[in-house]
Amino acid sequence: MTEIALSSLYQQLILEHYRKPRNKGVLPGATVEVHMANPVCGDEIRLHLQLDGEERVQAATFIGQGCSISQASVSMMTVRLKGKTLDEALALAERFTEMMHGSREAARDRKLGELRALQGVSKFPVRIKCALLGFDALQEAAKRVRSQADSPAGG
Amino acid sequence: MNGPAAPAGARVSDRRSRANAFAARARRDFPALQQEVGGKPLVYLDNAASTQKPDAVIDAIADYYRHDHANVHRGMHELARRATEAYEGARRKVARFLGAADPAEVVWTRGTTEAINLVASAWGHTFLREGDEIVLSTQEHHSNLVPWQLAAARAGARLRYLELDDEGRLLLDRLPELLSPRTGMVALSHVSNALGTVNPVAEIAEQVHAAGALLLVDGAQGAPHLPIDVAALGCDFYAASGHKMCGPTGIGALWARRELLEQMEPYQGGGEMISVVERDYSTWAEVPHKFEAGTPNVAGAVGMGAAADYLTGIGHAALAEHERTVLEYALDRLAAVDGIRLFGPPADERCGVVSFLLDHAHAHDVATILDADGVAVRAGHHCAQLVMKHFGVAATSRASFYLYNGTEDVDRLVEGLDRVKAIFG
Ligand SMILES: Cc1ncc(COP(=O)(O)O)c(C=O)c1O
Repeated sequence: MTEIALSSLYQQLILEHYRKPRNKGVLPGATVEVHMANPVCGDEIRLHLQLDGEERVQAATFIGQGCSISQASVSMMTVRLKGKTLDEALALAERFTEMMHGSREAARDRKLGELRALQGVSKFPVRIKCALLGFDALQEAAKRVRSQADSPAGG
Repeated sequence: MNGPAAPAGARVSDRRSRANAFAARARRDFPALQQEVGGKPLVYLDNAASTQKPDAVIDAIADYYRHDHANVHRGMHELARRATEAYEGARRKVARFLGAADPAEVVWTRGTTEAINLVASAWGHTFLREGDEIVLSTQEHHSNLVPWQLAAARAGARLRYLELDDEGRLLLDRLPELLSPRTGMVALSHVSNALGTVNPVAEIAEQVHAAGALLLVDGAQGAPHLPIDVAALGCDFYAASGHKMCGPTGIGALWARRELLEQMEPYQGGGEMISVVERDYSTWAEVPHKFEAGTPNVAGAVGMGAAADYLTGIGHAALAEHERTVLEYALDRLAAVDGIRLFGPPADERCGVVSFLLDHAHAHDVATILDADGVAVRAGHHCAQLVMKHFGVAATSRASFYLYNGTEDVDRLVEGLDRVKAIFG
């Protein structure tokens, strides 16, 4: 592993989010709450989303513990989610995943915002899972919200 | 005896230079250690997970496949005879390595995990009854926990736990309270893979037997480092893995007292393990073959036999002294690192393993940064989640040493940690 790869992995912005995570805490009145853990390394997060009637994210918070990559990634993600519809959020997750798998085009996509600081993770295959933990929780949250919406009322 | 005694400092530095010469000599036997990672000579400190392999082991496996391979025990031809001899010869080597007088008490398995599953399953099936108790400790590797959970659930037995103190020692004064006529089995590690704690097996065995129970020792981390004499340890089962003691993966050994093996039901059914097969029933082969269903890992056994010979050639006393020197140096140097938290007991109660955490930097980030410097350590729960819970942490970084690591490797580790601190502050 080269010096350059290491310094691109641990960008200042990542370390900043790791030290001072945004939107950390519980969210009373959350529409959905998902716990996601990586059993291999013990990293975990609990993602809370509050959605309005149009499936738009009013608030997104998390609690969790783990490495700088997993915690910075979910912190940046919650910042990015605010105001997005679930569809937009899922598109963001997809774009981020493409960036993790090495897509340069995705890494240039401004929609990712600060999350682009995590592009260096793509050069560390064992750490990609860390960066995706928050997005895995997001996808699970969307699935739950939608299966609730589909299920017959009253349940 | 001539002149005044050397000052203690000089003796320490002598020991260190001896340790480095020892490591340098050993390193020549290990081709995988002759490489650079991140532009620097590889420093391999992940030995508790798996050790590297010396030429002697690699060559023994290759030679076996080049010249002697056939299926074992059944054939009437020359290669079958040679393969059988290689397989049974390796069993004798490993028996000797474990201090077992009778090679028939050594059963080949895939590793420690399968050895413990074999006992939990076969002994459990034969002997474990509803209301019985199995005593474990919170120091155990998952492979010495989960098989017992499964066996206990099948039999309606109950698990009881020996707890740890703040330095990761077993709280042995609580053992008498845990033992009772209901205790069937006590299963403990010889050496903890997460902390390096060496447990006083012989002392435990006496108490366990006085209570009428059996003792299984998970020797995955014991066999690579300590001279093993199952008779002196006084245990009833001892499990080890080839790959943690310079041998190949996919092979391990279970040593068990013969009469237990004879009483236990088979673990798996198939070829090799039978004597006579009728339509509705079969009779079993003699031990140890009764527990070796199917075509075994012959090359693996040959490799593990070669590994036992290699370590015997190094000598356990020399190995122990070497490891002690490196471990003491590591604990001293690491204790001086700012913001470090070290886990586990003092050097004279542990072997080969140092688990630690740095303030502000997560264990995974530590491992990634060290890797960029060519230093291989492990980060995570080390398959010992109960140990992590005991200390209230989710993960640690772990450096684990072996014969080819010297104090210079510890220096590289500490330099790497300085780098972590430069990034994480
Ligand atoms: C203490 C201990 N027990 C059991 C095991 C399991 O060994 P294996 O994976 O070789 O079966 C290990 C290794 O990970 C270990 O360190």
